[in-house]
Amino acid sequence: VTANLTIAVVIGVLYTVGTYLLLQRTLTRIVLGLGLLAHGANLLLLHSGGRAGDAPFVTPKGGATLTETADPLPQAMVLTAIVITFGVTAFLLALAYRSWLLTRADEVQDDVEDRRVQRLGAEEEARRAAAALQRRPEDEA
Amino acid sequence: MRVLVPLPVVLPLIAAGLSIVLARRRLLQRLLSMVTLAVTFGASCVLLALVDRDGAQVVQLGAWEAPIGISLVADRLSALLLVVSQAVLLAVLLYAVGQGIAESGRWPVDIFHACYLVLAAGVSMAFLTGDLFNLFVAFEVMLVASYVLLTLGGGAAQVRAGMTYVVVSLLSSVLLVSVVGLVYAATGTVNMADVAVRIQDVPEGLRLALGLTMLVVFGIKAAVFPLFSWLPDSYPTAPSPVTAVFAGLLTKVGVYAIIRTQTLLFTGEGATGQVLLVFAVLTMLVGILGALVQDDLKRVLSFTIVSHIGYMLLGLGLFSVAGLAGAIVYTVHHIVVQTTLFLVAGLVERREGTASLLRSGGLAKLAPFTAVLYLVPALSLAGIPPLSGFVAKVGLLQAGLADGGVLPVVAVAAAVLTSLLTLYAVVRVWVAVFWGPVAEVVPDADVSDAIDVGVARTPPLMVLASTVAVLGGLLITVVAGPLYGLAERAADDLVDRRGYVTAVLG
Repeated sequence: VTANLTIAVVIGVLYTVGTYLLLQRTLTRIVLGLGLLAHGANLLLLHSGGRAGDAPFVTPKGGATLTETADPLPQAMVLTAIVITFGVTAFLLALAYRSWLLTRADEVQDDVEDRRVQRLGAEEEARRAAAALQRRPEDEA
Repeated sequence: MRVLVPLPVVLPLIAAGLSIVLARRRLLQRLLSMVTLAVTFGASCVLLALVDRDGAQVVQLGAWEAPIGISLVADRLSALLLVVSQAVLLAVLLYAVGQGIAESGRWPVDIFHACYLVLAAGVSMAFLTGDLFNLFVAFEVMLVASYVLLTLGGGAAQVRAGMTYVVVSLLSSVLLVSVVGLVYAATGTVNMADVAVRIQDVPEGLRLALGLTMLVVFGIKAAVFPLFSWLPDSYPTAPSPVTAVFAGLLTKVGVYAIIRTQTLLFTGEGATGQVLLVFAVLTMLVGILGALVQDDLKRVLSFTIVSHIGYMLLGLGLFSVAGLAGAIVYTVHHIVVQTTLFLVAGLVERREGTASLLRSGGLAKLAPFTAVLYLVPALSLAGIPPLSGFVAKVGLLQAGLADGGVLPVVAVAAAVLTSLLTLYAVVRVWVAVFWGPVAEVVPDADVSDAIDVGVARTPPLMVLASTVAVLGGLLITVVAGPLYGLAERAADDLVDRRGYVTAVLG
């Protein structure tokens, strides 16, 4: 497969920007980041068939055979992939909107249970410290 | 009889469409789902018998020849997992209908049945497909249905958990598309059998890179350390039957994809085996240590899923027939047992109004039958003889010791330790929930199954479904001999790839 440097660079930029946005805490940015990442992946898949060839329905000048057309298989696959990422991104947007309706914050929240376990640990520690403080006067007596 | 191969995919999809049409006729809707899954279960059983007798069955969709069109391939491994998954889907459907999650009337259209059937179709397609791109599509079909099921009801907790789940799944899907593109660029095909042949001409380093990228992609889906943290965060918020089917099937589809790609496309290049063993050990230990500190029943169980994925990786990492056979039996055992545990967790939550370990207790007195239903799969998970977990673990441990290397022996030691810690984790739940003084029922504010939780009477259908699931787990022990035989033949097919390749390419 011969690769096109421009497209390779574009794919790289899409992945980079997508990854950067994905690491943000704002939901809208994460959705946008995933969109860019998906575009990068789709472009990569499209380009895996090699460079663009002749138009398939036009007979080339000089009556040559149609051997220079592009590979249709990645094109078929990338159409499927685009539709799927489109659908899932729409669902993600709906979810982000629902999250905004519920919390009025466009931010990824921490794992509730993790924070609770952490708090329990802190409470336990505080209780132990208090118990140790109480015991000390008795020991001395 | 090749018509049986696409049936588990096509039938649920058609039924899902019908199910939406029948949205207002609830009885018909339920009947439709049950009959569909019962038929696909029957078809899968026949398919398994056929495949075991005659070898892999292949269907070329749309009569496009093998390397260009999509092939559906049923070999011993996929047929076996198909049978188990259909059985589990059927049991969980029974439970869901009993619980009434399917038709609570809170939504304009009762979407549960349609989504559940699409999920079933996606799982079957992932097991049956012989095409890398179609595998991506199968994962998406399955995941899209799971997104809806996970966020069903759209409460704050579900949306928060759903967000993590969707973002992580979408990221792994993007990576999967990328690696499929790279495989196409390297070999010029996405048909797995064809890739298996052509990838031999690809330079070793590139092959290793592709193999490891695929390992990362499916590692996210299978919740392998360190890519697991989305799982215990998202699963517990879903309604019990949904969590049960996710726990049983979704991660195992990821494990299946790892086994399939690492044996068919790649053959343990470089140090893939060692890498798998190291991550198997870490997954087992980190997962079970996570389970020990949780104080919520569903979260404890979610961490045990992660932990026990490690056992299946251990079997694969050995890259031997015995190891793979152990991994296959372990997958079968784990699908059934983990699903059962989540179903029982649903019974507990319904009775206590909470899945919190701190606020429940004394359930053994109140509901002795539920206690039995919990104890059997829990001990099986920990590997107490003669339950199915013991049978599956012995096979894996023997395979590891037979290998004789240092890393396999370390992994076996870690597996034994994990087994003991699992016992501790499930006994800890037993003490907190089933023993002790009877706790007062204080329903959670946002309990995920917000349908008359905490009532004394549990619908008999839920208990029946859980009992059937527990008996299914016991059945694995009863048929352990033939099952191991079948798993060994399946593992033989995986190691010797010629059967698969000639069946597809002719």
